[in-house]
Amino acid sequence: MGIRFILMVNKQGQTRLAQYYEWLTLEERRALEGEIVRKCLARNEQQCSFVEHRNYKIVYRRYASLFFLVGVDNDENELAILEFIHLLVETMDRHFGNVCELDIMFHLEKAHFMLEEMVMNGSIVETSKANILSPIQLMDKAS
Amino acid sequence: MSGQSLMDSLFQRTLEDLIKGLRQQLIGEQAFISKALEEIRKEIKSTDLSTKSTALLKLCYLSNLHFHDMSFAAFHALEVLSSPRFSHKKIAYHAISLSFHDSTPVLLLITNHLRKDLTSTNEFEVSLSLQCLSRIANVDLARDLTPEVFTLLSSNKLYVRKRAVAVVLRVFEKYPDSVRVCFKRLVENLENYDPQILSAVVGVFSELACKDPRSYLPLAPEFYKILVDSKSNWISIKVLKIFAKLAPLEPRLANRVVEPICDLMRKTGAKSLLFECVRTVVTSFSEYESAVRLAVGKIREFMVDEDPNLKYLGLHALSIVASKHLWVVSENKEVVIKSLSDPDPNIKIESLRLVMAMVSEHNVAEISKVLVNYALKSDPLFCNEILGSILSTCSRNVYEIIVDFDWYVSLLGEMSRIPHCQMGEEIENQLVDIGLRVKDVRLELVRVARDLLIDPALLGNSFLHRVLSAAAWVSGEYVEFSRNPLELMEALLQPRTSLLPPSIMAIYIQSAFKVLVFCLHTCFVRGGSTAGVSASASYESFDDLSVENGAGSTVAHGQTCTSAPITNESIVNLLKLVELALSPLLGSHDVEVQERARNLLGFVDLIKLEALNSSGQEENDSEQKGVEATKIIRLVHDAFSKELGPVSLSAQGKVPVPDGLTLNENLGDLETICSDIELPSSNTFSFGYPSEEKDVSSFSNLQIKEDSGQSNESTSLLAEHRKRHGLYYLPSGKSEVISNDYPPANDPALQGDNNDTASDLVKLTAESLVPKRKPNHSKPRPVVVKLDEADEKPVAVKHPESRDDSLSGAVRDILFGSEDILPTSSRSNLPSSNRKGKEKQHMITQVESKENVVGDGNSSSRRKDHSHGKERRHRKKNAEERNETDRKEKESSSNHPRRQKSRQRAEEPLKVPPQTSVIPDFLL
Repeated sequence: MGIRFILMVNKQGQTRLAQYYEWLTLEERRALEGEIVRKCLARNEQQCSFVEHRNYKIVYRRYASLFFLVGVDNDENELAILEFIHLLVETMDRHFGNVCELDIMFHLEKAHFMLEEMVMNGSIVETSKANILSPIQLMDKAS
Repeated sequence: MSGQSLMDSLFQRTLEDLIKGLRQQLIGEQAFISKALEEIRKEIKSTDLSTKSTALLKLCYLSNLHFHDMSFAAFHALEVLSSPRFSHKKIAYHAISLSFHDSTPVLLLITNHLRKDLTSTNEFEVSLSLQCLSRIANVDLARDLTPEVFTLLSSNKLYVRKRAVAVVLRVFEKYPDSVRVCFKRLVENLENYDPQILSAVVGVFSELACKDPRSYLPLAPEFYKILVDSKSNWISIKVLKIFAKLAPLEPRLANRVVEPICDLMRKTGAKSLLFECVRTVVTSFSEYESAVRLAVGKIREFMVDEDPNLKYLGLHALSIVASKHLWVVSENKEVVIKSLSDPDPNIKIESLRLVMAMVSEHNVAEISKVLVNYALKSDPLFCNEILGSILSTCSRNVYEIIVDFDWYVSLLGEMSRIPHCQMGEEIENQLVDIGLRVKDVRLELVRVARDLLIDPALLGNSFLHRVLSAAAWVSGEYVEFSRNPLELMEALLQPRTSLLPPSIMAIYIQSAFKVLVFCLHTCFVRGGSTAGVSASASYESFDDLSVENGAGSTVAHGQTCTSAPITNESIVNLLKLVELALSPLLGSHDVEVQERARNLLGFVDLIKLEALNSSGQEENDSEQKGVEATKIIRLVHDAFSKELGPVSLSAQGKVPVPDGLTLNENLGDLETICSDIELPSSNTFSFGYPSEEKDVSSFSNLQIKEDSGQSNESTSLLAEHRKRHGLYYLPSGKSEVISNDYPPANDPALQGDNNDTASDLVKLTAESLVPKRKPNHSKPRPVVVKLDEADEKPVAVKHPESRDDSLSGAVRDILFGSEDILPTSSRSNLPSSNRKGKEKQHMITQVESKENVVGDGNSSSRRKDHSHGKERRHRKKNAEERNETDRKEKESSSNHPRRQKSRQRAEEPLKVPPQTSVIPDFLL
């Protein structure tokens, strides 16, 4: 399936966005997020961005106060996922203009929509910023 | 009512209000949320769709970020879904993707909504419903919506088509029969030049190929073309993943692909693609020397890079290579060892794994030395990681790589002295295990154990208690190897032992008992001239040892006598010491400690009266009384000196249940019997055989061994003792211990039983021991006793029978079914031949052709909706039948691969291995 889940978590460890590509119950999710956040947020800048957790590999990257964490299968390409995270941030940046935690909080649905444009069923389907954003812009105009 | 709903919608809190409100709540967030949830529950029942959808949106937010259950809103989400407004639909789909799963009850009701949206003219609606389908599809949804997805696979809107492609994966997974309908179109999409579509298709195939690579071999030419032509790194990475799976199955394919991959590796500037090339080469092309060399060069660049990510990946790749080409690791030894002190724990662990991969019989000593030094310097977590991996590597396969056990045992001792060491349990197990398995090492083992025991500082470290318990047990059990038993006794009884937990304290006391018996035995029985002759008889067990040890053990015995002569005087001191140290323990709250202390003190009293009085009196008298004492000493000594051996885990099962013993008898009435004896200790004993529980509590894994060792001693005093334990532990019991009424156990009935099982066990253990001993005497490595059943881990035999898998079965039917009738095998005409093959199959089963109608005629399929269910069931049944016939066909065709092939291509060389014969060589 490639990507199993995408999380955005702030410095305090609060989840700001959670997208799962496999069904987990709320309890499983809560436990998983707690463990991952504890593991990843304790790491510093000099350490690598990959953490093995259960049967996943977590690829994460920090942008300002927000951590982007992506859980992938073990044979997924870590560097490509890092590029994906960067693309996601750039896309959001282009849409919100200097994206920050609040933008994502108040436009959670839009952030989800962007993710859905990029990732489907755990595999990446779109990598062009313009293509990702055009439907969102259309919808913004319509409403 | 309508007025009410108007009020609701006017004063409804929007999502933004909710978030703002949440942000203001520093404390009492939970209360705020539960209030909000209450509002949502009310609002969501509103008839106004805007109110409803806003409520749903808020609920999604709370569910997504604050883990609140939203399953109650499932039906409301469906209601919102039926709204004609796109913005409502969007919210509904969002909610459904977040909250629906296979067991959501209203899932059945969504089919028609999805079908309506899938056939909508608005591409965004189609996209939303595809997205949703990819998340929630179950068997029914996948089956019922297959025709729609099939149509969309060739939609002329790229935006829709790529989503349809991505959704196929989930549909295939849930409803494998859909492969028959959609697979052809999916393959057609492989030839699309649009990178969006291609990326989606390749993604789907890389997932499919992961599960069952063999089925996709016929598509290799398409993948090859993509690999060579692709401009997008993402697509290349996915194709490489596919080839990593395909190449090991088909050597000709690997031959063909390895060069382009190396090219890519040389040319690409993208690190992600470069790494994927490296990983592909090291996992699947490890026979290609030059490719591996190239990859290893790149790995080295990664490893010395500043970026911790690249360094980690380099080490990771290296550990993949290590399994096949160990030379690569040794070549990069310096880098790996250097990474052991990296600031990143993940990198350290990765390099530790690599170092452990290098360990062999020859270098285990050096590497362990280096690692232990690292462990001394590093943080507690990594320190234990190191120790753990040394322990597990060295003990692998019954200490396979250890030649010099003396060294290893002292390493264990050294490891337990490392300040952060928390591996006490593992070290304990290994110390005892080695003691039991390797006879030659016992001398050194006892020395190491003594060093550990004698250091009072170690008693303060609670992590070491387990190690100390093993040390105590070892020095008690193998006390005959000890240089100075008196010193050992002092160590075992030192005041700081009060820091130990009771279970380990009990082992200490038991070991002290053994040491004491040994000292007395050396002094009175062996050393004393009176009992010289009879002593040799009781030395059977020692003789056993010396058979194995040769001169070694006798030398050790000699040392015992010379280096620390045990005189009467020292015995007196010893007995005093025991009394002094153990008297306080008689009041111990732990039954085990209390009991053992009493045992030992009782024994001391017994000996003291007999033996020490005699020493002060005249010769004749002492001889008279001394005989009594030596008799007792000899008996107890015999009880202890029987060799314990490792016992197979399954040995217990081989013991026949003796006649008259009902194992499943209700033990309830035991309570009434025991209630007479007001003793807390009674519950720590098992009531089976009286002689069984010498060390039960702490060494339960040794229990069986104890059995075989002990119960063989038919005259065991302990047997009698246990039989009467109730009596001895009455509050006034102390005087009774001294009583002379302490004859050898001679209860015939009991003994008979005991002897039977014991001898059975001995026989069994002997049986299981003998053939596993290494017969190789030329090797300097000492004998390590092995047991097959216990040491081998059961390996679950699992055949990857892919034909049972319905998905790959279906894929094979389509791909291979058509390959058999391929007239030629050039790349370009594969899809057409696919089609041809399909048509031919359709002639075999007319139902399939019906399906083709459903698939190809888009408009008709929609019109025929009402009859679909019936038809599908029918089709499914037929498909199953066809599957079977196909399989038979395939089997028969694989029986004559050569004939078929030669019919197709006469010039094809015959070296092709039979299992690959079904796949024509598209690439040649």
